[in-house]
Order: sequence, then C-alpha cells, then structure tokens
Amino acid sequence: MATIQDIINSYKDKPGGIIEAYHAVQREYNYLPEEAVEYAARVFGISAAQAFGVATFYSYLSVAKRGQYIIRMCESAPCHIAGADILIKTFEDELGIKVGETTADGKFTLELTECVGQCQGTPVITINSMPYVDMNPEQVPAVLALCK
Amino acid sequence: MAAEMRIVLRNADQINPDKIEDYVQAGGYKALEKARSMARTDLIAEVKKSNLRGRGGAGFNAGMKWSFVPEAPVKYVVCNLDEGEPGTYKDRTIVEKDPQRLLEGMAICGHAINSNQGYIYCRGEYPYVVDLLRRAIDQARSSGVLGDFNIEVRMGGGAYVCGEETALIESIEGHRGEPRFKPPFPGVSGLWDKPTVVNNVETFANLPDIVMRGGAWFASIGTPSYPGTKVLTLTGDVVNRIPIEVPTNTTIREVIFDFGGGIRGGKKFKAVQIGGTSGGFIPESLLDTPIDADSMRNIGATLGTGAVLVMDETRDIIDIVTRISKFFEHESCGKCNPCREGTFRAYEIMKKINKGQAAPADLDKLALLSRVMTKACLCGLGQAAPGPILTTMEHFKAEYQARLQI
Ligand SMILES: Cc1cc2nc3c(=O)[nH]c(=O)nc-3n(C[C@H](O)[C@H](O)[C@H](O)COP(=O)(O)O)c2cc1C
Ligand code: FES
Repeated sequence: MATIQDIINSYKDKPGGIIEAYHAVQREYNYLPEEAVEYAARVFGISAAQAFGVATFYSYLSVAKRGQYIIRMCESAPCHIAGADILIKTFEDELGIKVGETTADGKFTLELTECVGQCQGTPVITINSMPYVDMNPEQVPAVLALCK
Repeated sequence: MAAEMRIVLRNADQINPDKIEDYVQAGGYKALEKARSMARTDLIAEVKKSNLRGRGGAGFNAGMKWSFVPEAPVKYVVCNLDEGEPGTYKDRTIVEKDPQRLLEGMAICGHAINSNQGYIYCRGEYPYVVDLLRRAIDQARSSGVLGDFNIEVRMGGGAYVCGEETALIESIEGHRGEPRFKPPFPGVSGLWDKPTVVNNVETFANLPDIVMRGGAWFASIGTPSYPGTKVLTLTGDVVNRIPIEVPTNTTIREVIFDFGGGIRGGKKFKAVQIGGTSGGFIPESLLDTPIDADSMRNIGATLGTGAVLVMDETRDIIDIVTRISKFFEHESCGKCNPCREGTFRAYEIMKKINKGQAAPADLDKLALLSRVMTKACLCGLGQAAPGPILTTMEHFKAEYQARLQI
C-alpha cells in the first residue's frame, strides 16, 4: 500500500489538487486518517483547520475510520418511495449495527446517502461505490455474502 | 404516439463508448474540424441562433453566455457533471453511452471562447464514469483530434450544492464548495478568477450537431423558445424507468403514458415531480403541458434537469415532501442564513405536519418562510428548495388539511 505521504505528494503540483489527493487517499484507506489531513495541509500550504474544513465539507469523504466495505443506502425521494426505509432496517438488522456505525470486525460500515444517479433501479445501494439496483430486502443476505 | 428524437443519444448503444474509432466512424470530430475553420464570432453567432438553452437547469442561452466572455490570456471551459439532483441520471447516461461527444462539444466551446483548457467536474458517486472519461481523454489526446485543447477530470465529493456553478468552481480550486456572490459571473471571473464558461453535459453534447447542421435546423425542433430535444429520466411509479430523448414540445402526459408506459401495477396517477427534487409537483390537470422550460414555468413548475418522478394514487405527498425537506436541510451549505435556517425550519415544520401534530398556523408559517427563502437565499439551492412545498400546498392542499391537528 502506498504511504499517505506518497499519495498526497503526487498531487502537490496540481492546482486545487487537495480534493483529488483526498480521493486518492480514501481509495487506499477507505477514509482520511488525521495524519493525511494534516499532511495535506502542509503540502498544499493551508492551515490544518482549512484542510479539515475541506475534508468535512464533502459527504463522500470521511474523517472517521470506516470498514472494508462501505454500504451506502440512497434515501432520496425516488428511493424513499421505493422502500428505502425497509431496506435500511434490513441492513441494520442483518449486520447488527445502526446507520453510521461499523461492525466490530471492521468489515462493514453502513451509511446513508442522497441520490447516486441510478434512479432507473430504485431502491439503490452502493458497496464501495459500485451500485446495486432494484434491491429488495430478501436480497440483503446474498449481497452481503458477496463481500468476502 | 409521440416519437423519440435522438441528438445527444444518437450513438447510444450503436457504438462502443470505449473506442474513439467508433465515434469517428460515426462522423465524430467532423464538427470540431468545421468549428475550427470558422471565425470565433461566427461560431458563437451560430450557437446563439440555435437558441440552445442550458440543459443543467437554469436554461440560459449558451451562445449568449459565451458571447459575454472577455478577451484574456487564460480562460477555462468547465463541464458540469455533478448531477446531484435526485431522480436525474441523464448526464451519466450521455457520458456512459458516448463520452467522445462531450469532449468534442467542450473543444468546440474552447474554440469559440479561445480557451485551451477544459475541466470536467464529475460527481464522486460516479467513479466508473471518471475512469471511462479518463480513458476517453487519453484516446482523444493520442489520436490528436483535440489539438491543443486539454481536458482534465476532477471528482466532486458528494455535495449537492457543488452543482451550482460558483460552488463547483470553488471545489475545483480545492476549497469547501460554497457558492460565491454574483456578480461577477464566471464568464467574466470564474476559475482562479479567469473567465470561465460553465455548461452542463447535455448542453455540450448538443454542440456537434448544431455545428454540423446549423443553428436554424436546431431552432426548428420542438418548442421555439426552448428548442431541441431534452433527455428525461423516468423514475418512480412508472412502468418504464428509462432515459428518453424527446423534442421539447412533447407533453408531460406523453412522457408518462406513451414513453413511460403509464403507471405501474395498473394504479392511477397522482402526481409527477419534474426537474429533480427541487422541482414542482404537477397534478393530473396540468399533464398536457409541453416540457419546455417556459411552458413549465408558466404552470409554476420547472423543467430543471429533466428528472421525472411519477407518483401513483397510493403515495403520501406529505411524507414525500418531508423527505425532500430533509434533503435540503442536509445539503444546505450553511453560507447564507436564509437557507441554513430556512431549510432547517422547513424540515422541522414538515415533520410536524407529517406526524399529524401541526396546527393551521404552522401552514401559514411554512408558506411565509417558503416565500422568504425564494427571494432571500444566496443561491439556487435555497431559492428552489421551497418549490415542492409551495406547489404541493397549491395542488394537494387537501392532504395538508387532512394532516392538521384540529
Ligand atoms: C444547488 C444547485 C445545484 C445545481 N446542480 C447542477 C448540476 O448538477 N448540473 C448542472 O449542469 N447544473 C447544475 N446547476 C446549475 C448550474 O449552476 C449552472 O447553471 C449550469 O451548470 C450551467 O450550465 P447550462 O447553462 O449548460 O445549464 C445547479 C444549480 C444549483 C443552484
Ligand atoms: S434517488 Fe436513489 S439513486 Fe437516485
């Protein structure tokens, strides 16, 4: 795994590249460790407060440690009327955690999201950003089983 | 029955989107060549004549926008692929099916405003689209079709407000995505304070055909004041949940019942929300309205992004609007007070109504708050947020009344 420093350094010369650097770190680590944000602040010449301000503005970026598989459930209106609530409840029950939490083994994190642009197949979830459409609660165990 | 007309989706499912050769074989990049043989002012005049209006929501004349860009050593072309408006998947569809068309459109704009640097701001939720675009750009670059025009893809971070053009610019600059005060408009001072044209994916994707076939051809399609086609994305309780591309004089009824195949499960129609989650709710009585932006505005609705969320007779309007209010409360960036506080209070009151705990006075407060936000919010997010509330209060008043505590 590339080090946080290496990843961030590779965006150093890109104007406004801090967000790209954050995305790159998150692709490797699934979240933005505190040292990544502090290091990015130094590399991009802004204060740590500003770097945290950027990191926390964007819901797709997370400064909290997350699991290996990040399951995000869309709750925007089209998914809402297609039964997102029941789906969310099913995932919570199946994993034994609430939205926003990570399983004790560090495998799964459950999050809510707004529309992910796959509304032809509501309700929609994403696992590590890959969409799964037309989800129904019965499929939840099978989908979780895909995450090895 | 009304028929589809494909301009931006012409190559969809006809070519391999991952092969530039396919696009070129289908006539791709001829328009850019033609555009580059034209004087800039003539090119802008042609686009103006086409009356192509922005497909990202605001509907501003694209050629007119370009004509405001002053001479400067550095200028930028920015493509808005943030597509955060719930119910919308058109820009993803256009790019997934035919990415080179977008690149060609941007390069045409680059020639028109004399810019050699483009950015595509793609929402973070579409990493697979980012990958596809980067491959497409590599192919275009190595085959030389773009000439000296460069395109870079930047990824958004899951903030709806970053679809607003000045917030988007802030985000490309690496900042929190908070909208700027306007003026100055991006055309004069945008990305890194340089003149910047921001257009939607679908706007750019129309350009190759406008250049090849002429502004007059485009202007003659659909409704004259908002000509051309519009890509609509159907979702909700409609049989066919698909993207379609139709002339702008197509009616809402045709969209739902002809293209959409009607309501699922043999149920009856109740309402449709068009334009995304900030769009107005439309009742049965207004379904014969054409979808063009002006006709929609005349009925108090919007064309917006072209998302079409159909709701059947069993749907609970109050519950849906409550959910929508939560969206805006969550997505408000907090920069301006009327939006930050307003979306919070609107959600609070909607929750109260939804739970059956509101009094008639709460409805009055909600209506007043909504009107204030429409006028006082800094950007389109807060200004449009009350749309679903105001239109449902108008067309589905009985549902609000029935929920009140008496
Ligand atoms: C809150 C908000 C979100 C927006 N989201 C988008 C978006 O996702 N895509 C888009 O093209 N335009 C969006 N817009 C409109 C842009 O500000 C801008 O008008 C548009 O990109 C200009 O391109 P066009 O003229 O080609 O439509 C949004 C506006 C607001 C206020
Ligand atoms: S509303 Fe859920 S994916 Fe669009």
